[in-house]
Amino acid sequence: MLRVVLHRLVLLPVLLLVFSIAVFALVQAPPGDFLTSYLSMLAASGSSVDQAQVDALRRQFGLDQPFYIQYFRWMQNLLRGDLGLSLEYQLPNLDLIGDYLIPTVLLALLSFVFTWLIAIPAGIYSATHLRSPLDYVITLLNYVGVATPNFMLALILMWVAFARFGISVTGLFSPDYLQAPWSLARLADLLSHIWLPMIILGIAGTARLTRIMRANLLDELHKPYVITARAKGLSEWHLVLKYPVRVAINPLVSTIGWYLPQLFSGSLIVATVMNLPNIGPLLLHALISRDMYLAGAILLIYCFLTVVGTLLSDILLAWVDPRIRMES
Amino acid sequence: MPGSVHTDDALVPPAAGRASAAEERVSLAANWKLVWWRFRKHRLAVASAAVLILLYVVVLIPDFFSTQDPEASAASQAFIPVQHLSWIVSGRIAPSVPAISGKRNPVTLRMEWQVDPSRRIPVRFFVHGYPYRVLGLIPTDIHLVGTSAEGVGVFLLGSDRLGRDEWSRLMHGTRTSMTVGLVAVAVSIVLGALLGGTSGYLGGWVDLVIQRLIELLQSLPTIPIWLAMSAALPQDWPPQKVFFAITVILALIGWTTLAREVRGRFLSLREEEFVLAAELAGCSRFRIITHHMLPAVTSHLIATSTLAVPVLIISETSLSYLGLGMRPPAISWGVLLQEAQNIQTVAAAPWLLIPGVVVITAAVAFNLVGDGLRDAADPYGH
Repeated sequence: MLRVVLHRLVLLPVLLLVFSIAVFALVQAPPGDFLTSYLSMLAASGSSVDQAQVDALRRQFGLDQPFYIQYFRWMQNLLRGDLGLSLEYQLPNLDLIGDYLIPTVLLALLSFVFTWLIAIPAGIYSATHLRSPLDYVITLLNYVGVATPNFMLALILMWVAFARFGISVTGLFSPDYLQAPWSLARLADLLSHIWLPMIILGIAGTARLTRIMRANLLDELHKPYVITARAKGLSEWHLVLKYPVRVAINPLVSTIGWYLPQLFSGSLIVATVMNLPNIGPLLLHALISRDMYLAGAILLIYCFLTVVGTLLSDILLAWVDPRIRMES
Repeated sequence: MPGSVHTDDALVPPAAGRASAAEERVSLAANWKLVWWRFRKHRLAVASAAVLILLYVVVLIPDFFSTQDPEASAASQAFIPVQHLSWIVSGRIAPSVPAISGKRNPVTLRMEWQVDPSRRIPVRFFVHGYPYRVLGLIPTDIHLVGTSAEGVGVFLLGSDRLGRDEWSRLMHGTRTSMTVGLVAVAVSIVLGALLGGTSGYLGGWVDLVIQRLIELLQSLPTIPIWLAMSAALPQDWPPQKVFFAITVILALIGWTTLAREVRGRFLSLREEEFVLAAELAGCSRFRIITHHMLPAVTSHLIATSTLAVPVLIISETSLSYLGLGMRPPAISWGVLLQEAQNIQTVAAAPWLLIPGVVVITAAVAFNLVGDGLRDAADPYGH
């Protein structure tokens, strides 16, 4: 098991290097650069800038250099832990992203916990009470949950809260805590706001997970070992939880590697609709205004979170499943 | 049985002479027929298939179902609420919608609409309206629903901020969104089946390279990468070009899942006796892949790709909603939902969320049909 983890850890920098090239190519790809879009914005508002000044700015930002030189400069700074300067805000990217990183990761992790807390019991109930009314309700909810786009759910819930209760459920902080430094009180305030985005973000995953859990458990429930255990007189509850559930849950653990990273990047849409402090909307804005260093930095952070999420789940799978642990 | 090139269901055992006609019908049926018989038993899946067929009829002739030109805008007709269609008025079957009258609120400058109970606008079927071409070929002006009254429109689903008819726009949005999903899946299938099949059949270093590539693509954060790619599309591209680019962007990551599935199937099929038999009979590799292995995975492939369509439709809708997918003047479900950008608008004009209901319906229908197909295509299913 240690070897697998080490192998992955060695691969991690290589993977990130490949991603960094892809990401940089991607943010570089649009025709024009930040200054062209900035100039067209200025032109739209009626003001103009001296061409010599534009050229000076372009040189200062290094935008006049060829692709590979820009990339190497960027990479050099990255390796020194410097994410560069945002072209639009003229602030270090690290400062811009730093404030948003904790809420982003927290939201994804909470949604993940929520998903598992709901999906596993619901799946077990559905499988053990096949064709009961509640099983039908759960199945129906699963179909609708998988089919509903995140932002749609957010819109509907926000609308209901606004129209029925007259409250606006956007943001993650009360006005008092918006600019406050981190403290226990601020964390409590965050937790009192984060539950709704957490549910919205987790619904689709919950539905998918419940369905898989139900199907997996159904396959196991009629195996001879279950009948043997029942014949021995084990209580039904004890029996189901102790044997078939443990087998059925295994394939689910192996999908964490794919699901957890999805939550990191999936929060982008919900966060944009609900106006949450999240690196997602920041990325969206940076992409539109061609603020390429900021966009590149955020994309790279997403890649990093994704790769780490996959690594975590591989370790988890080896820990849960003795067959995989022994193999290596 | 080694040496035999026949498949089992083509052989009729001698005892079959006494078997009933029904049994014989089953044992002689082609595979797709068996799949269809099993699929038919899944009622919800059949009903969903009907919904999908209906949606694709709309895709073919959206103008026929529209009541008004989807681009026709008039500021004086902004935010008209849904006009409920009633079939029976004072004991007679006479479909009609209530007449409305609006006046501008002098404070908020918004149009405010009131139902006029004294007047009703009769609704007719197969009426003449704005001219269009069926499939871009046959010129006509017949529409399914409309009104014969001059100068008034029917707003079955209300109107948006620019006074455009939401129902007609929904019909045109259906065309774009349902096609995006289908085309993106088609591209994914071609890539996935080709690369996945090669990878699974050849094995060795080819398998290694393709597998690493898939792993690389799958460990990319999908949504941010999609956004970055869509943002890179030039702003001045015409809608057709954007449409094509978006489908390619969606398919670029979508094919990996399909390739994995196909590879897994090929790996297990490679060990089967009928492949060995074909090899012994001297078939070329290409022939074995195309004539013996591909048919065996087709039904499974169809089921998997049906399940992939809703994911792509939802992705397109989300991208467009964020303003980075299809863009106006193109109409898609996501573009329509963009009108419901903030909560004040939604509270004032909740009917702008109706395209979302259609998105959910289509996605549920695709999922149900996909599940039904998967169960029906599984020869070991109960």
